[in-house]
Amino acid sequence: MKWETVIGLEVHTQLATRSKIFSGSSTAFGAAPNTQASAVDIALPGVLPVLNKGAVECAIKFGLAIGATLNRVNIFDRKNYFYPDLPKGYQISQLAQPIVEGGALKIVVDGEEKTVRLTRAHMEEDAGKSLHEDFHGMTGIDLNRAGTPLLEIVSEPDMRSSAEAVAYAKALHTLVTWIGICDGNMMEGSFRVDANVSVRPVGQAEFGTRREIKNLNSFKFLQQAIDYEVRWQIETLEDGGRIEQATVLFDPDSGETRMMRSKEDAHDYRYFPDPDLLPVKLDDAWIARVQDELPELPAAMQARFVEAYGVSAYDAAVLTGSRALADYFEAAAQACGQGKLAANWVMGELSAALNRADLGIEQSPVSAAQLGALINRIHDGTLSGKLAKQVFEGLWEGTGEVDAIIEARGLKQMSDSGELEKIIDEVLAANPKSVEEFRAGKDKAFNALVGQVMRATKGRANPAQVNDLLKAKLG
Amino acid sequence: MSFTDASLAALAAQLAGKSVSSRELTQHFLDRINALNPSINAFVTVDADKSLAEAAAADALIASGRAAPLTGVPIAHKDIFCTDGWLTTCGSKMLSNFVAPYDAHVIQRFKAAGMPSLGKTNMDEFAMGSSNETSYFGPVKNPWDTARVPGGSSGGAAACIAARMAPAATGTDTGGSIRQPAAFAGITGLKPTYGLVSRYGMIAFASSLDQAGPMAKSAEDCALLLNVMTGFDPNDSTSLERDKEDYARDLDQPLSGLRVGLPKEFFAEGLNNDVARAVEAAVSELKKLGATTVEVSLANAGLAIPVYYVLAPAEASSNLSRFDGVRYGYRAPEYTDLNDMYAKTRAQGFGAEVKRRILIGAYVLSHGYYDAYYLQAQKIRRLIADDFAEAFKVCDVILGPTAPGTAFKLGEKSDDPVEMYLNDLYTIPANLAGLPGMSLPCGFDSASLPIGLQLVGNYFSEAKMLNVAHQYQRATDWHIRRPEGLLP
Repeated sequence: MKWETVIGLEVHTQLATRSKIFSGSSTAFGAAPNTQASAVDIALPGVLPVLNKGAVECAIKFGLAIGATLNRVNIFDRKNYFYPDLPKGYQISQLAQPIVEGGALKIVVDGEEKTVRLTRAHMEEDAGKSLHEDFHGMTGIDLNRAGTPLLEIVSEPDMRSSAEAVAYAKALHTLVTWIGICDGNMMEGSFRVDANVSVRPVGQAEFGTRREIKNLNSFKFLQQAIDYEVRWQIETLEDGGRIEQATVLFDPDSGETRMMRSKEDAHDYRYFPDPDLLPVKLDDAWIARVQDELPELPAAMQARFVEAYGVSAYDAAVLTGSRALADYFEAAAQACGQGKLAANWVMGELSAALNRADLGIEQSPVSAAQLGALINRIHDGTLSGKLAKQVFEGLWEGTGEVDAIIEARGLKQMSDSGELEKIIDEVLAANPKSVEEFRAGKDKAFNALVGQVMRATKGRANPAQVNDLLKAKLG
Repeated sequence: MSFTDASLAALAAQLAGKSVSSRELTQHFLDRINALNPSINAFVTVDADKSLAEAAAADALIASGRAAPLTGVPIAHKDIFCTDGWLTTCGSKMLSNFVAPYDAHVIQRFKAAGMPSLGKTNMDEFAMGSSNETSYFGPVKNPWDTARVPGGSSGGAAACIAARMAPAATGTDTGGSIRQPAAFAGITGLKPTYGLVSRYGMIAFASSLDQAGPMAKSAEDCALLLNVMTGFDPNDSTSLERDKEDYARDLDQPLSGLRVGLPKEFFAEGLNNDVARAVEAAVSELKKLGATTVEVSLANAGLAIPVYYVLAPAEASSNLSRFDGVRYGYRAPEYTDLNDMYAKTRAQGFGAEVKRRILIGAYVLSHGYYDAYYLQAQKIRRLIADDFAEAFKVCDVILGPTAPGTAFKLGEKSDDPVEMYLNDLYTIPANLAGLPGMSLPCGFDSASLPIGLQLVGNYFSEAKMLNVAHQYQRATDWHIRRPEGLLP
């Protein structure tokens, strides 16, 4: 039997606000345990939540960026359950009336474009952390993270392979970091993915029973977890078994998923509207103001790059992989007025060097202005492509600006034909054998002579010009 | 006049005239607490050193000429308000060891006004009760008859005013917890419009209903206390941002032209005859003062108790989840694992009435029952508010009994929760609608127990209600009477 995979993702993005969603405590990562937990965060008797408008604006930005409906009146609900790192005994979340509904995101897999629909996105608070190590059979509770604002983004079950799921997760990651609502740091848990996975016989309309893989914090694990889960489900079904709805965890060491809780263990969260918080009301003026703060979005920027800089659609997609990369490219292209050349350098020499050094574009030792200046010197004929690479190395090592490096290393392409002719004459005189061979019809001898000239000029000669002059002299 | 029976204005005048110091005044009431509390049990915590230190600070304020109107007048606080450095128990074993590390907004306001605290008053556990019998610290006795309850949940506050152990007290009212004990103890108490007084630092029972208010001997005293308590608080999202008003401004206005609405549902079956007669006499008195009456209907008020006992427990079941033994408060001494710790801590830490309401609340919110209970109750809550809105088209204030009867005997209703719940029949509708309500003394029954008259006003009409109550109290002396045989 042929099987079809069906995947929907729920992504928890930590919103990049300075303070928590319902208290004034800092959200900075990595502080000593419980030093960023206020009376509200530890849920002392009598304390009350006060909504951080910054978190709402992040959600509005996201809704606008995916073309979703923003619910003008949206409501916070309490999700009730007991856990030691959940201080109030309930999580403030949004159930029936989330702030964002609908919207879509485009992904490209194997050159094919596909649209993934979003169901909803809602604001909620994060829980604290339970620390099971170092406490000799006891559990430590760190409430620094408690109350950190999250936007939970839920997709429709529109993905049909792990590759599509990864492409969607990456596109979402690009978008939330692009619009500045999330720092995207997956290691620190700023972007956590739950995958709902089911399989069904090809052609069947109904979905199969899904299992939810929790808390995947890298794209690699997302891919591995889904691939394993899909194989497991198909094998189970083909062996005559049944899939039971369940929540599972992925173990990166074994590469397998394992059961966390079955449907029977599912909580009844007893959701109800939080009476401590008023409904969040969004008016046109607020939405318009947030819209004004929204940067140009990746899709719009891709189209503009093709139009304004003459780069290919593929290159435009690569260059808008992150806002930092896109900003870098655009600054370099504007500095030199050579979009295509700038694109080649950014995606070629620069990306390769950054990869080797394991650096992000933000940490590039070569600035966009410097790269632009370098490209200018290629375009005006001062540098050959080969010399330009040497100048790039100089820039990378921080030895100075483009023209200073050219000057200091004597890398200027020779443009004075008189000087070049003199050197060619000397080379011809010093290599009579090659001259004879060339005249006898050996083309290879000509290349040897070109090589000699280039060597004598330390690579500064324009190879095309050397060819022309040599041909003229050898008649 | 002695300090014991003096009005707050009189006490403030004596303090301002330096004929008495706040320390002397505070000591006077501490002495009364010392003498009377063993028989009344109105206070859970008394700390004379702290009280006198606050009084000394008030004296310094007065000496420096920076006194506010009530600076130096001592006040007792219901043990539901977090008070920095004081035990804050909420009447529960669960918080029997909890010393609050911060002041509730209301406490901050009284501190800023220079009013020393006399201590923390006893209450029904987590404010759940109408008799003060659910307190972990034992029941409060009614000073009019110590075999009887003082009402609840602000029973300690009401009793300490009645026994003149304090000239003023704070209370909270979720379904009648200021008004019903005020009625049973023969004092005056006011529950303001929801949102007028910040709930920050007030331990939550049912967030959408809880509201703090003043309890004292007279409407005039309540007006002065309300002036201190109210005001916007950015720490409470349901706190209302409004211009500051002087609630005493209309006290002396005549009542001519006042339209008093009499809801027929509040004078129907179940009302004790003595109470009915006293309330009717109060209506006659107001007519003499120039008021007219009009019959109004609160057709859905009869559903108030079932609605309340869905919504309040629902919110409470969630609000009380934080008492889990993990971070503060009581934790069971022995347990086998996490779930066992939760179960034992909450089984041992909460009393029977609190557990009953948590169970009801969890039930009505649970999957498959939510629509039938919680959602339905919210719809009826709206209908009850609509009834009031309709009534206020034809009247300025609604009048009726505060409670169907007078103070009952200790233990008389503790085995029958529904019988107990019926005590709040007339008070709960105002909470559901978020309206201000107050209770003031209007007579005594055949057993010489005080009877309470209830006024319910439209939103933000506290000044009008206090005006009506004050004019009534100028014409009558019910509020001046106090229990005999306690202390001179």
